[in-house]
Amino acid sequence: MTSTSLDVERIRKDFPVLSRELPGGRPLVYLDSGNSSQKPTAVVETMREHLAMHYSNVGRAMHVLGAESTEAYESARDKVADFIGAPSRDEVIFTKNASEALNLVAYSFGNPANTDPRFTLGPGDEVVISEMEHHSNIVPWQFLVQRTGATLKWFGVTDDGRLDISDISGLITERTKIVSIAHQSNVLGTINPVADVLRRAREVGALVMLDASQSVPHHAVNMAELGADFVAFTGHKMVGPSGIGVLWGRAELLDAMPPFMGGGEMIEAVWMDHSTYAPVPHKFEAGTPPIVEAIGLGAAVDYLTGVGMEAIEAHERGLTAYALDALREVPTLRLIGPESLDQRGAILSFTLGGIHPHDVGQLLDDEFGIAVRVGHHCARPLHLRFGIPATTRASFYLYNTTGEIDALVRGLHHVQKVFA
Amino acid sequence: MIGESMYQELILEHYKHPQGRGLRDPYDAEVHHVNPTCGDEITLRVKLGDGGKIEDVSYDGQGCSISQAAASVLHELTTGSTVEDTLSVVDEFTRLMQGRGKVEADEDVLGDAVAFAGVAKFPARVKCALLSWMAYKDAVVRSAAR
Repeated sequence: MTSTSLDVERIRKDFPVLSRELPGGRPLVYLDSGNSSQKPTAVVETMREHLAMHYSNVGRAMHVLGAESTEAYESARDKVADFIGAPSRDEVIFTKNASEALNLVAYSFGNPANTDPRFTLGPGDEVVISEMEHHSNIVPWQFLVQRTGATLKWFGVTDDGRLDISDISGLITERTKIVSIAHQSNVLGTINPVADVLRRAREVGALVMLDASQSVPHHAVNMAELGADFVAFTGHKMVGPSGIGVLWGRAELLDAMPPFMGGGEMIEAVWMDHSTYAPVPHKFEAGTPPIVEAIGLGAAVDYLTGVGMEAIEAHERGLTAYALDALREVPTLRLIGPESLDQRGAILSFTLGGIHPHDVGQLLDDEFGIAVRVGHHCARPLHLRFGIPATTRASFYLYNTTGEIDALVRGLHHVQKVFA
Repeated sequence: MIGESMYQELILEHYKHPQGRGLRDPYDAEVHHVNPTCGDEITLRVKLGDGGKIEDVSYDGQGCSISQAAASVLHELTTGSTVEDTLSVVDEFTRLMQGRGKVEADEDVLGDAVAFAGVAKFPARVKCALLSWMAYKDAVVRSAAR
């Protein structure tokens, strides 16, 4: 049904788990990639090969294996930098996940060790987030304002699941130090109007951070074109392993920021009473990093590039259009998020009459092998905004098919029958 | 089809027709418990009667079929019994739920609550089944303390 240049059947063969059978002979229908994606053989094999034949510590071991590991780790950084169009490879900092990347930036503000006015924060200063954020883009900023006495403000969300920018000038003001919002919502699927937010932030001299965990895996995202100051994303949602995330930041900002964690490899020289720090990116990579995970992320980026991000985006767009139509036919289903394809990604969250999402998810899994996510998806304030405790969420990726969406719709009809 | 063993007819029956639902006066203790992972919540009241008996257990809340049905079964099993008897039912139910599906349920003690045996195989759902039962235990302790 979808018009796309992407050969889904061939792609599915790259992901061994997609052809496994679940207990009871059910095929797997994996519609939970927004939570975490599956891994292609290329990623698994790259990691296995490195662990088996090349592994050692990076940056400090003066032997062949150390050199091979360092080379592989740093070339993963090159690949990621390339993939996101980073002006410099040194702007790519490996973290353990997107949460750590967000925390890293939040902790730079109001750090007593910092002297740069861009990162000083106190009473009267403001931080702006939004009501549609994942908890990882809420809680670190709550910590920050608690530490510093600054004020937390947020964008609301419209009834159709868009960022409410009607009072953007009242919200982002001369008092705003940083605005941190999702590039794409992990519940609504909404792609936020980054350009509008950036324009206002620039007028008042505020910095802008994007949580791109749901956008970088699914769209061609270019740091130079995007124009933000900081961008966080994570490896496991983009066919890479868990345990590896990325903070991209503009070099001049990263240079000016105080370090986040102290430890090995982030230093230049250490005395008993003080230290000087390594240049970026290593200034922010204290301790032995997730070496094999970074190398796996490099392989993931190679894989996605091989398929083509434009083709992936087009494929997901086709799936989303198909799913929006199909779900519209399910009685009592209420979509939480934009009904149109405009500025939205391949994530569909919904309620089904009065049936609790846990019951929906359990039956879809038990009876049909359909994996969806149920709950508040780490975005409780957004669910409160819509007056619901939880939703059922289907999220698609390059390996999903319209047949799987048909299976979801059949499953939902069955759920309604059981709880009627 | 694991689902069929979890969604027993009896559970669905209690979910669709909850027994004793709604908060009632008078009461000796009221508690509010939540399951932070899924947002299920329950407000539960206990009224003690003569002779160490439970006169009424009333409740209101929201959540999945498992948590709602468990509260309904709890109401049926506890109302009219002695505090002591109900606490041993709570203990047996807790043992069953935390047994990862490997514990043989004592039907004589549990009555209708044995229908939840299948839930014990789903670690993510055990808390749903236990929500109202833990709230009940809490409320009984508080009533006795008054």
